[in-house]
Amino acid sequence: MTRETLLNIVLFAILPATALVAFALDEPFIITLATKAAILALAGVGLNIALGLGGLVSLGHAAFFGLGGYAMGILASHAQSYTPLMETPFLIEGTKSMLVIWGVAIVTSALAALAIGALSLRTTGVYFIMITLAFGQMLYYFAISWPAYGGEDGLSIYVRNEFPGLNTLDPIQFFAIAFGILAIVLFGAGRLAKARFGLALSAARQNAERVETVGLTPFRLRLVAFVISGAVTGLAGALFADLNRFVSPTMFSWHTSGEIMVFVILGGVGRLFGPVAGAALYILLEHTLGGLSEFWHVYLGLLLLLVVLFARGGLIGTIAGREVAHD
Amino acid sequence: MSMILLIEQVLNGLQFGVMLFLMAAGLTLIFGVMGLINLAHGSLYMVGAFAAAAVAGWTGSFALALVAALAAAAAAGALIELLVIRRLYDRDHLDQVLATFALILIFSEGTRWLFGSFPLFLDVPAALAGPIMLPGGILYPLYRLVIIGVGLLVAAGVFWLIAKTRIGIQIRAGEADREMIAALGIDISRLYTMVFALGAALAGLAGALVGAIQSVQVGMGEPVLILAFVVIVIGGIGSIKGALVGSILVGLTDTLGGVLLPPLFGTFMQASSATSVGSAVASMSIYILMVGVLLFKPSGLFGGK
Repeated sequence: MTRETLLNIVLFAILPATALVAFALDEPFIITLATKAAILALAGVGLNIALGLGGLVSLGHAAFFGLGGYAMGILASHAQSYTPLMETPFLIEGTKSMLVIWGVAIVTSALAALAIGALSLRTTGVYFIMITLAFGQMLYYFAISWPAYGGEDGLSIYVRNEFPGLNTLDPIQFFAIAFGILAIVLFGAGRLAKARFGLALSAARQNAERVETVGLTPFRLRLVAFVISGAVTGLAGALFADLNRFVSPTMFSWHTSGEIMVFVILGGVGRLFGPVAGAALYILLEHTLGGLSEFWHVYLGLLLLLVVLFARGGLIGTIAGREVAHD
Repeated sequence: MSMILLIEQVLNGLQFGVMLFLMAAGLTLIFGVMGLINLAHGSLYMVGAFAAAAVAGWTGSFALALVAALAAAAAAGALIELLVIRRLYDRDHLDQVLATFALILIFSEGTRWLFGSFPLFLDVPAALAGPIMLPGGILYPLYRLVIIGVGLLVAAGVFWLIAKTRIGIQIRAGEADREMIAALGIDISRLYTMVFALGAALAGLAGALVGAIQSVQVGMGEPVLILAFVVIVIGGIGSIKGALVGSILVGLTDTLGGVLLPPLFGTFMQASSATSVGSAVASMSIYILMVGVLLFKPSGLFGGK
């Protein structure tokens, strides 16, 4: 067993262990923090598929996070006010069912990723970073200036949505849902990286010309990766909105894109469990430094700077060493 | 839509575009010469605005405030170049994005810590306050007109610097082949620090000038930064000419879109929904412009490489 495998097991266990200890000590706030970490990790796992495997530096993943959030907000707000979403040409009602909301969030963000990816992937390098940033901002300003769903103020949902057989308002049960999804997606992402598709995608990152020579199309590989990545981040957005029972245009802001990227980098780019380590560390820092100083972002900035300048490979890279050749 | 209102909005768009150029010129120079994406450029804009507001508060002089803005932004730029940025030239764009994102966090929270969360106010100097009558009977704020003038002058200065001076030749040579100019005995790292400080000073100047018509607050640089990125992507990264054309295009699109689109949608929609749809589309118009440009010219209007 390599050190990274061992570390992954520890990382995988950290969140449920924290939540269970907090449950035993009756500390619902800590459980909510662990839930938040699991959901943000999920968003990071999504980005990591594009960023780590595909080498696509997307600074616009807030678009998918926000779309997932608004999918939940719009459906649940219609269900809460008993008004249909639309009546012509056919009737669409709002819903309080998480399963339906997740489906809608995944499909919406996947379609958005397909459109954004098809346009953005025509460019490379800095242009790609900037065009994804621009698409994110486009949706951000759209959400702000579209008054039907709260505009700048966002949308509040009074009761968390329903999951069959569970009481979602109970922190530990909602944690179980979020962590369950994270576990499933981590498993899927791990399989994906080892599958034919993942290997071809990695190869396209390392040397696109060679991949083309053996008869694969890098553009198609990247587009599929971008869509999967967007869909996972969208699902995370729906869960995040449900956690807060609130959606606002902030979910679309480029700071959100930057933060999702920070989880990936703090943990380690291209490492399966990187986003889990990064998100957990981020929440830990937010909670501890945020308690010490109102200006904790200064310390976060300094730490991030040190990681980028000196600890390449992030937390996992520093602890486990360069066992995975990721560049 | 009356003609007078339209001309006023065109002037507003020009003023906005000229300010964007001050930001975009630095960004595009830094990218062209050093190959670096600097997300923290908006923080330098903020540093300029805060330095100007603080100095204007102490001394009451707008001229001193402008000098302070230039000096503070250039100094901050040179400092981060020496401490952080020069370690990033050989890194990939991902590292650059993250390190400069970290710098934003440090600058923003540091400024909040120093000056507090409340916005500061920088007054338009008395001599430039008030409107001026333009030919055709248009009343327009004198200060905004002065901003357009200053911006165009600086643009001319930057073009002159790049095209005619020794430094400019070195900068262009650095864009073309950095090993070669280092081999020719030019101190490349000093040149880089200078270019970075120059870009920072332009951003600081923009921050101070705009600070007098908007409030000076933490985070003020970020919307402008993103627009400046849109500008240099439209214009072609590395091209000063592209930055100028892109700035004016984005400034005009943003300003005129907000004025013209809602009535335009009103011609074929109900008035109430036309206003909301029109303003929603207007707020996205520059991004739509950018996507449109990139689809036809994936490396921008003047990005020849």
